[in-house]
Amino acid sequence: MAKAPILGLFESADHAADAGDALKAAGVSPADYDFLTDTPYPEGAFGEREEPHRVYIFPFIGALIGLTVGIMLTSMTQFAYPLTQGGKPILSLPPMAVVTYESMMLTAIIFTIIGIIFESRLPAFKQGLYDTRITEGYIGVLVNVDEDQLGSTQTLLTQAGAIDVVRNDGGSAA
Amino acid sequence: MQEGKPLNSKQVNRELLVSILNSPKWFFGALAVLGLIVLIAMSTAGFMINQGFGVTGLNRPVMWGFFITNFVFWIGISHAGVMLSAILRLSKAEWRRPATRAAEILTVFSLMTAMTMPLIHTGRPWRTVYWIYTMPFVPYDYARGIWPNVRSPLVWDPSAVYTYLTSSILFVMVALIPDFAVLRDRTTGMSHRIYGMLAMGWQGNARQWKLQIIAGVLLSALILPVFVSVHSIVSWDFGMAVSVKSWHSTIFAPYFVVGAVHSGVSAVALVLIILRYIYGWQNYIRHEHIDALARLLIVVATGWFYFFVMEVIFGFYGREADEIAVRNLQFTVSPWNIWMMIFVGMTYFLPVSIWLSRSLRRNLWVMSLACIFVNIGMWLERFLIIVPGLARKQLLTFDWYTYRPTSVEWIIIVGTFALVSMLMLTIARVVPLIPLYDIKEGEILRTEIKIGRVTVPAVFRED
Repeated sequence: MAKAPILGLFESADHAADAGDALKAAGVSPADYDFLTDTPYPEGAFGEREEPHRVYIFPFIGALIGLTVGIMLTSMTQFAYPLTQGGKPILSLPPMAVVTYESMMLTAIIFTIIGIIFESRLPAFKQGLYDTRITEGYIGVLVNVDEDQLGSTQTLLTQAGAIDVVRNDGGSAA
Repeated sequence: MQEGKPLNSKQVNRELLVSILNSPKWFFGALAVLGLIVLIAMSTAGFMINQGFGVTGLNRPVMWGFFITNFVFWIGISHAGVMLSAILRLSKAEWRRPATRAAEILTVFSLMTAMTMPLIHTGRPWRTVYWIYTMPFVPYDYARGIWPNVRSPLVWDPSAVYTYLTSSILFVMVALIPDFAVLRDRTTGMSHRIYGMLAMGWQGNARQWKLQIIAGVLLSALILPVFVSVHSIVSWDFGMAVSVKSWHSTIFAPYFVVGAVHSGVSAVALVLIILRYIYGWQNYIRHEHIDALARLLIVVATGWFYFFVMEVIFGFYGREADEIAVRNLQFTVSPWNIWMMIFVGMTYFLPVSIWLSRSLRRNLWVMSLACIFVNIGMWLERFLIIVPGLARKQLLTFDWYTYRPTSVEWIIIVGTFALVSMLMLTIARVVPLIPLYDIKEGEILRTEIKIGRVTVPAVFRED
């Protein structure tokens, strides 16, 4: 059966956490519900699932690419236009280090940004069920359940203290 | 340290978005005045480019004057962003919250403004395109096989500054995503669509927040080394110049970096005081924040003063005639010695005397004045490094010319200050200059603890 989203809005973190516990007890998979807030709460505040990610690998990849590009750029330009200065080597390493370092850092930072956005699952231009009250301080508990369980989930969220429950089909209950 | 009253999310949105959703009446008037000054400065720069450097006070041997001084000054101001945002974020300093965004944006605009200075200073800015972008469709130098000389500090410098600029813009943009979502939810029509695109579908789920926090820490850690490198490399524009004795100093890199932090943090304190005043953000930019910045500045200023003294002592210690000639000019010949006294007094003795008093640190008028003093002093510092050094470049030079800036240079310099102010004012109309989610996070972590018979405000801190 197709899954449908349902969003419960809570005024306090305690009630949102209670809703999380109730969903878990009702057998809803942790992958099927999420907590939407307008500020970062301490990890585990709602008893939410661990969020594994691989963001730390991105700066390393970026740094390696930047390092390679930096070495190539600085060495190739020196060979392309050789400036002979009093018997000093054409390929001079100390100044190469400066430009190579900047190239490495720049690429590492750009890759970190790409990694952060990618791992955050952004951009998500097709926004799911959402309520603008979330950015006013309400805590949203977004649940994806089988369509025939929408009613029971709505009851569960309301019993946990939701001040409103929003559904895609327009159903809403205080 | 949490002296303010508790705030809820609705109130935070309403009060901090006031600069965007309910722009004050004076906004367009102020923008027009600043725009006019920028326009005059641009026209003056155009006039100078058309007429040549003869209309400036630059002449042999002083070929770097106001423009390069101003370039170093604005690069210095840009160091506020990372100092406040990255270091305080990594050290989890609670009082960073209202200051980070304004500092980061000031970083971006001051860097952009700084980079206009060398372009104007080249006299033929379009020629710069040839050596920056050696691409086939800009064929002049490319066709001749001439490439930028990576041995030159003047090539290192833009590579560092553009790295810092790109990183700072990306840093600001990533931190803005959750606030764009707040704006998306509070606007309609075209604004709603634009903020919606910028928010990229942000919902504020646990994963997104986790990565947003990681982004802050990770990017802070990555930008910090860039931040140190930028002003070090700017200092090498001078320090690597063997022919100018008073510039050829190994202490320049840390001396410049600490000086940049000193002027940058002072500038941020001033910007915060102005924002508090013009947008009525008393609940967010509180006396405790300015107090904390002032206490930080005492340490930074004293560090800077130590490097300044060392630089002078090492200059004298070598007893090289060329170096002594520069010091002689700086300390004994009028008006340079008077400027020197004003510079040291304004950069260190006057502001630090103010910052030692708690009541003066919390007096915003006095604090504004102290921050302005620091920045006048730090501008003079750069001027007094650059010009006397060139004026006494060699002991037996053929020309000991004294540099006198012309009205053309003055107008362009004033224009850069108007430009940064105009850009800050414009961006305040588009993005919140105090991060909403950071303030809200501070509110949910706020608590009170009872110690004996006293209850004190406190903040929970995650590891």
